[in-house]
Amino acid sequence: MSDDAIQKTPLHALHGELGARMAPFAGYDMPIQYPAGVLAEHLHTRKAAGLFDVSHMGQALIEGPDHATVAAFLETLCPADILNLAAGRQRYSQILNDEGGVVDDLMLTRPPGADGALRLVVNASRKGVDYALIAQRMPAGVRLARLEDAALIALQGPLAAATLARLAPGEGLDTMAFMSAKPARVAGVDAFVSRSGYTGEDGYEISLAADQADGFARTLLAEPDVAPIGLGARDSLRLEAGLCLYGHELDETVDPVEAAIAWSIQKRRRLEGGFPGAGRIQRALAEGPRRVRVGLRPEGRAPAREGTEIVSADGAPIGVVTSGGFGPSVGAPVAMGFVDRAHAAVGTQVGLIVRGKTLAARVASLPFHPNAYYRG
Amino acid sequence: MAEIRYTKDHEYIRVEGGEGVVGISEHAQQQLGDVVFAEAPPVGKALKAGEPAAVVESVKAASDVFAPVSGEVLAVNPEIENAPGIINEDALGRGWLFRIRIADPAEIASLMDEVAYAAFVASQA
Repeated sequence: MSDDAIQKTPLHALHGELGARMAPFAGYDMPIQYPAGVLAEHLHTRKAAGLFDVSHMGQALIEGPDHATVAAFLETLCPADILNLAAGRQRYSQILNDEGGVVDDLMLTRPPGADGALRLVVNASRKGVDYALIAQRMPAGVRLARLEDAALIALQGPLAAATLARLAPGEGLDTMAFMSAKPARVAGVDAFVSRSGYTGEDGYEISLAADQADGFARTLLAEPDVAPIGLGARDSLRLEAGLCLYGHELDETVDPVEAAIAWSIQKRRRLEGGFPGAGRIQRALAEGPRRVRVGLRPEGRAPAREGTEIVSADGAPIGVVTSGGFGPSVGAPVAMGFVDRAHAAVGTQVGLIVRGKTLAARVASLPFHPNAYYRG
Repeated sequence: MAEIRYTKDHEYIRVEGGEGVVGISEHAQQQLGDVVFAEAPPVGKALKAGEPAAVVESVKAASDVFAPVSGEVLAVNPEIENAPGIINEDALGRGWLFRIRIADPAEIASLMDEVAYAAFVASQA
C-alpha cells in the first residue's frame, strides 16, 4: 500500500451503514457528520452520550526497563513531569522541537502496575513525524511499539458514565478519576479505558482490538442515550471547550506558553528545564509571551473563521483567528486566536476583519462552555 | 406560474414577472448542513451575474451565494438574520435570501430549469 492511499478505521463500514457523510481527514476516510447533523450531534453530546471514532489517532507504547528510564527519555521530548506520573494516571503534554515549538500534542498514560511502559495517543496527522522523532532520540533499551491493531472509541457526555457502568458491571468505571486509566472488561471486550476526552464533557476513551471495535461500537449505539458523532461536532465541541487543535492553535512555530497550555508544564520541569526549547519557554514563563492564545466572542451572529485578521480598537493588526465558528451550546459565534499580549486581557475590544468589514468582538475567557469533567 | 431556474453554483431564482427571488437549492442546503448565519446583500445594491451576493454559513464553513443574474437588490428576507435555520427547513420557500430586479431576461434563459438542474446534481454525485 502506498503512503498516500486513504486509510480506513475499523468502524468504516459502520459509518457507511449509519449514513455518515465521509471526507478525508489526516489520511483517513472519516465521518464528518451523520444524518442528524452537526448541531444535533453537538447538542446530543452535551446532554446525553456521543460515540466518536477516533481510531485514526496514533496509539503507541514506549517500553523500557523501568519507569524512570522511560520517563527520563520522554522528558527529553516533552515538558511535562513524567517521572512523577503515578501508575494509572495520565497527563496532557506536547512533543517539542529544539526551538520550543509544538511538534505535536499528546496524551501520556502510565498503565496501572506498569513499571517501564507508557501509552501515547498522538494526532493522526503527526504520527509519522512523532514516531520518527521518538525513534531517532530513543536510547538503547527503550522501544517504541505502535499499536497498529488497536481502535480508539470515545464516549463523551453526561450519560457516558452511566452507560458504560451498565456495560461493565463491577469494573468501577463510573467512579474512576478524571485523567486516570486502567484495563477493564466492557461489554465482553478487553479494553484499556481512560476517563478523558476532548469535548469538555465527562467521558471515556476506550482502546480495544481493531477486530472487536465494530461489535463494541454497535453495542454502545444500542444503548438508549448513545448516538454517533462526527468530526464536525467534535470540532465545535472542542472549540467551545477552549481546547487546542493541532494545525490550528498548535504548530511548530508556537510554544506552549503562547498557546496558553503552560499549565501542562509542571513545576519541577519549569525549574529544571531539560526539554527542547527550555530557554525560550522559561523566558516566556518569566516575562510573558509576545503573543498569546485567547477566546474571542464576535458581537453579532457572523462567525469569524480560521485566518480572520484581528485588529485593535484603533485598527492596528494584532493577531489572527486560528479556529472559529458557531458554538451550538453557546448559541453564538465563538473563536480562538493569537493576539499580541497587550490586547489579551478578557474584555478587550477588538475587531475581526470578515469579508472586508470589521466586526466588533471582545476577548473572552475560555472555555466558552463550562467544562463538566468528573471530579468525584 | 412562477418559473424556477438554477445555477451551477446551486442558487435558484424564482422568476416573478421582471423580478426574481433568490436562494440556495434544496441540494445546497442539504450539502451545507445546519445553517447558523446568513447575510443578504444591502437593498439597492447593483449586482452583476456571478458575483458574490450573499453568504450562508454552516457550523463548519462559510459559503458564498452568487448572483444568478444581474440586477438591483429590491428586498432581503428579514427572517434569515435571526432564524437562519429556515434555509434548511424551507430553502425554496421561507428560506429565500433576496429579491432582485432582473436587468436582462436573457440571463434567465441561460440558467438550468428544474429538470436540467436535477440531472446536473445527479451527474455530480
